[in-house]
Amino acid sequence: MSDKKTNIIEISELNKWYGDFHALKNINLNIKEGEIIVVCGPSGSGKSTLIRCVNFLEKFQEGSILVSGTELTDDAQKIRKIRSEVSMVFQHFNLFPHLTIVDNLTLAPIWVHSETKQEAREKALKLLDRVGIKDQAEKYPNQLSGGQQQRVAIARSLCTNPKIMLFDEPTSALDPEMISEVLEVMVELAREGITMICVTHEMGFARKVANRIIFMDDGQIVEENDPENFFNNAESERLQLFLNQILTH
Amino acid sequence: MPVFDQQETRKPPISQIGAVLWLKTNLFSSWINTILTFGSLYLLYIMIPPLLNWMIFDASFSFGTINFFGFEIKFSEEMATNDNCGRVGACWPYIYEKLYMYTYGFYPRTETWRPNTVFALTGLLFVIVPLVKNYKYKNRVTISLIILYPLISYVLIAGGFGLLTPVATDQWGGLLLTLIIASVGIIVSFPIGVLLALGRQSNLKVIKLFSTLFIEFIRAVPLITILFMASFVLPLFLESGNYFDKLLRALIGIALFQAAYFAEVVRGGLQAIPRGQYEAADAIGLSYFQKNVLIILPQALKISIPNIVGSSISLFKDTTLVLIIGLFDMLAMVNLTSNDPYWLGRETEGFVFVTMVMWAILYTMSRYSRKLELRFNTENKN
Repeated sequence: MSDKKTNIIEISELNKWYGDFHALKNINLNIKEGEIIVVCGPSGSGKSTLIRCVNFLEKFQEGSILVSGTELTDDAQKIRKIRSEVSMVFQHFNLFPHLTIVDNLTLAPIWVHSETKQEAREKALKLLDRVGIKDQAEKYPNQLSGGQQQRVAIARSLCTNPKIMLFDEPTSALDPEMISEVLEVMVELAREGITMICVTHEMGFARKVANRIIFMDDGQIVEENDPENFFNNAESERLQLFLNQILTH
Repeated sequence: MPVFDQQETRKPPISQIGAVLWLKTNLFSSWINTILTFGSLYLLYIMIPPLLNWMIFDASFSFGTINFFGFEIKFSEEMATNDNCGRVGACWPYIYEKLYMYTYGFYPRTETWRPNTVFALTGLLFVIVPLVKNYKYKNRVTISLIILYPLISYVLIAGGFGLLTPVATDQWGGLLLTLIIASVGIIVSFPIGVLLALGRQSNLKVIKLFSTLFIEFIRAVPLITILFMASFVLPLFLESGNYFDKLLRALIGIALFQAAYFAEVVRGGLQAIPRGQYEAADAIGLSYFQKNVLIILPQALKISIPNIVGSSISLFKDTTLVLIIGLFDMLAMVNLTSNDPYWLGRETEGFVFVTMVMWAILYTMSRYSRKLELRFNTENKN
């Protein structure tokens, strides 16, 4: 990573509790523009919580997060501005089942970014073409397979020209034969220079496109490294154990 | 490694399909069901023939000269009186004679074209709305209909404004009044109910508290109490000059009552929406208002359609309670007309007739709800 690029996300001293449960402990993380970050770790380690803090789906109690220079606070106006720059892809797609595929895509451009219906629709069809499901544009989400739905969800989050994409275990709810079609779309996105933070267990994907891989356990960042060193020279015992568990079967 | 041939698809065995199977599974699946089946058949056997005899075979349908909606209808030379009608079967000429009262109450006979126009407009509405579904300006048409229809209906029925002879609300009655109370009650209470439901789910403590208190208070009180309050207690608190219409007071009471019930029905729908929908709406940057109007409510209301219609149907039936505060709806008209000295003792015909009218209206509502459900069902479309 060249140091000339500026930090697009700056997380410092982030602490979050669910009731008494300390979910995130002193997280410090800077992400540069265009960086691809993969976050992995055992379940319950706080990785989803961390990326959900970045677009303020989760509130946090201590520390600060700056997204392109704007600090996340309770201010609804600011939150909406940040959310229009940060898109999110969910584990369970969360498409809007009462709208057609193309209407799912055009919703935010029309209502949040005040584009005309015509513009939004053209762009939506282009994006659907890019993820390979243009012919399904007029169908409803539940008429599509899981893999197709997730590709629609990715297209939907691209519709607002985000600077940052957050992926929250995008392939965990998919049947095995559909995982690769979604990963292919993600790999292509990664090559286009958009900033991405992916929570995923797809280590092949991480190896291929990540600039940095972050290993979390028990609400903390345990280790972060480039893919080469992450997989071959794991320092902490916990990461070695984790890699053993997910890579050997 | 063994390789298997592809199997041909076959029809199921004959004992597993058709009428015999249907009988076996639905009527005679166990000995208890068999007893129940024969018991029900016996009950039908002792009930249906007398009912048909009374309603049709022993009934008089035509005799004498009848005043039907202001028209003289002459069936025979006999006098159209109670005694001529006989007591074994039903006396339907009584219903023809009183049909005007059942429909319009004391509405002036010279002005009946006005409610009739409103009935016709209402029918037309059900024809127009599906027709403009794909029309380019359908939103404008819908909005103008929403504003114009109640306005025109009100002007036509109430009169005044220097256009038509005013007809005071105590002259409205019968089916006309029933329909007015039910439709105004349902239409006014629905948006209030939706707001209350959202209020009860709100993060703002004051709004949540107010909504919850309102809903729980109203739901803990019978409709009769609210009607009494609106009719007799409310005027005590108002200055004597501010006496306002009895019907209006009843309508306000009914709308508030129904709003609380709609609120609970809609809240049920809201709770069925997965959290992911809220999160996705938040994540794409929608405001609270946009999130609810574009994403949450369309889904929540769709789930709630059967309950919304169910609740509306109960309200429609509950409108008959306005009788106790001195408004003469369709059911009250049965009591009133049975006091006619020429037609004493004919309540049964009246009640049977009103039952049939109510049933026809409510069954239509319930079918319509089923149709709406199917039309909006995008989740399971294949």
